[in-house]
Amino acid sequence: MEILVCVKRVPDSAENEIEVKADGSDIKREDLVYSVNEWDNYAVEEAIQIVDRVGGSVTVASIGSPEAEEVVRREMAMGANNGLLLTDPAFEGSDGRGIAAILAAAVRKGNYDLVLTGAQADDGAAQVGGMVAALLDWPYASLVNMIEVKEAGVLRIGREIEGGNQEINEIQMPCVLSIQTGINEPRYVGIRGIRKVAAVEIPVLKAADLGLGAAEVGRAGARVKRADYFVPPAGAGAEILQGSTDEITAKLVDLLKAKGGIK
Amino acid sequence: MAAQMFAYILHKDGKADDSASELVSAARKIAPDAAPVAVVIGAGAGLDAVCAEAAGIYPQVWKFAHDALAYPNAELIRPLLQRVLPKGAVLLLPHTTFGMDVGPGLAVKLDAAYLPDVVGIDGLEGATLKVVRQEFSGQASTHLQADISGGAVISVRSGCFPPEETRSAGGQVADKSAEVGDLAARRRFVEVLQAEVGDVDITKEEVLVSIGRGFGDKENLPVAEELAQAMGAVVSCSRPIVDAKWLEKGRQVGTSGKTVKPKVYLALGISGSFQHMGGLKGNPFIVAVNKNPKAPIFQVANVGVVADVLEFVPELTKRVQEAK
Repeated sequence: MEILVCVKRVPDSAENEIEVKADGSDIKREDLVYSVNEWDNYAVEEAIQIVDRVGGSVTVASIGSPEAEEVVRREMAMGANNGLLLTDPAFEGSDGRGIAAILAAAVRKGNYDLVLTGAQADDGAAQVGGMVAALLDWPYASLVNMIEVKEAGVLRIGREIEGGNQEINEIQMPCVLSIQTGINEPRYVGIRGIRKVAAVEIPVLKAADLGLGAAEVGRAGARVKRADYFVPPAGAGAEILQGSTDEITAKLVDLLKAKGGIK
Repeated sequence: MAAQMFAYILHKDGKADDSASELVSAARKIAPDAAPVAVVIGAGAGLDAVCAEAAGIYPQVWKFAHDALAYPNAELIRPLLQRVLPKGAVLLLPHTTFGMDVGPGLAVKLDAAYLPDVVGIDGLEGATLKVVRQEFSGQASTHLQADISGGAVISVRSGCFPPEETRSAGGQVADKSAEVGDLAARRRFVEVLQAEVGDVDITKEEVLVSIGRGFGDKENLPVAEELAQAMGAVVSCSRPIVDAKWLEKGRQVGTSGKTVKPKVYLALGISGSFQHMGGLKGNPFIVAVNKNPKAPIFQVANVGVVADVLEFVPELTKRVQEAK
């Protein structure tokens, strides 16, 4: 099976305190720790496991600045066979649909049976996978937490739905699936693994290589535009306990007792 | 505005989802005089009850009944919506696992703008709609602008648009089932497997010591267990803990886990994503401990401590043990 996994380099929101720039044009990015989007990492692991079982190859593609190369290389160190960078100044300012158009064009250049994305990334939009599928006119399923390869051309999949229940479907390939965290346990990537793929050539495709015009992608093609970032006016919020640890724990124990939190 | 607005009514077992009344509030934020049409798609005897409920909220209801639509398979419903919605339609959807399944592809197929997981609507200026979203797990907000003259698909976060005072809309139900036509999809719904019930039922507990990513490593689990034991409480958790297989799924609080109604909820090293908070009901007393002062959990907690859970929690445990 030929699998393409779309990955994104994002600020790790578990490790970073995100602050908005004074003029609202962006978040402060200077000191942020970047990594591969967590959902995408699960998608790559899943692709590798499928290929381990049924054969084929895994290609990892990323759109973006030259820094995107570092996450592609990291995922290749996990065991993805090929990397692909989709880089062009014309891609800057793309909205979700523009990103999907770039990825769909890359899919058309290959011969893939299955395209995986993470269920969502740093902007929480959860949109790109579904849009890629629609552009390709392939079937789609979101929030996938189980994949089983059935007879020729069919996957049995689980979708995580409300309440932690699992919706089982059968889906025909080629198809696009967005992957939910927890589907597997992504393998650890060590320095040695990264070194092994450090010299591998990663092909770069530009807008012209993908047959994309300026009206489809980038700022010009974006129907949805981000006007600004802002910090919402704080609500009442929590009363933040101040003082020494001793003072705080004493206060907290009193509060918990009063609220019935200590039995 | 000229464009007709529509609201997708989620329903289950003959009852409309709470989002039905939230979507009409969202529609009125776009245009105060909006008279959106409720779209009810499904099958079976319960569907008329859903339509009647929707007619109490919306002036017009479109009903599409077909046996193949008994389960909401997005791959069947997306082409149906594509076919029956007029050009330039603005469709509001709940940002649920169904909304995420159907929405992005529908926007592409309708050649409409897609505005996902909207938490606020500033309004319409000319053809430009301005909405509020959150990014980076709720740590930053952003305004999005979109020209919706060619239509829009807007998915709306649960709980962000409180229902207006109930006043019966006295809506008319139009049965459009004849327009359903042929239904075929390359994805077939098989069944829903119910989540396993674990060794403890956290939905029945009054005091929960809930842990998140801030615990860092599985070896640190006893830190939480000791506090829970001292308090006479039970350990629950947020999603990353289950993903990492430290605790079983039955311990997870959130929209993709359990809905709990404790009296007291300790959120330790939990950032407080809306998916997590969606599983916390009944207005408990919330104590948050997190080293990130920007964590959204501090917006919803009653009391907060900015500290590393691994340093703070053992101190708290000691103090609780002394106090008993």
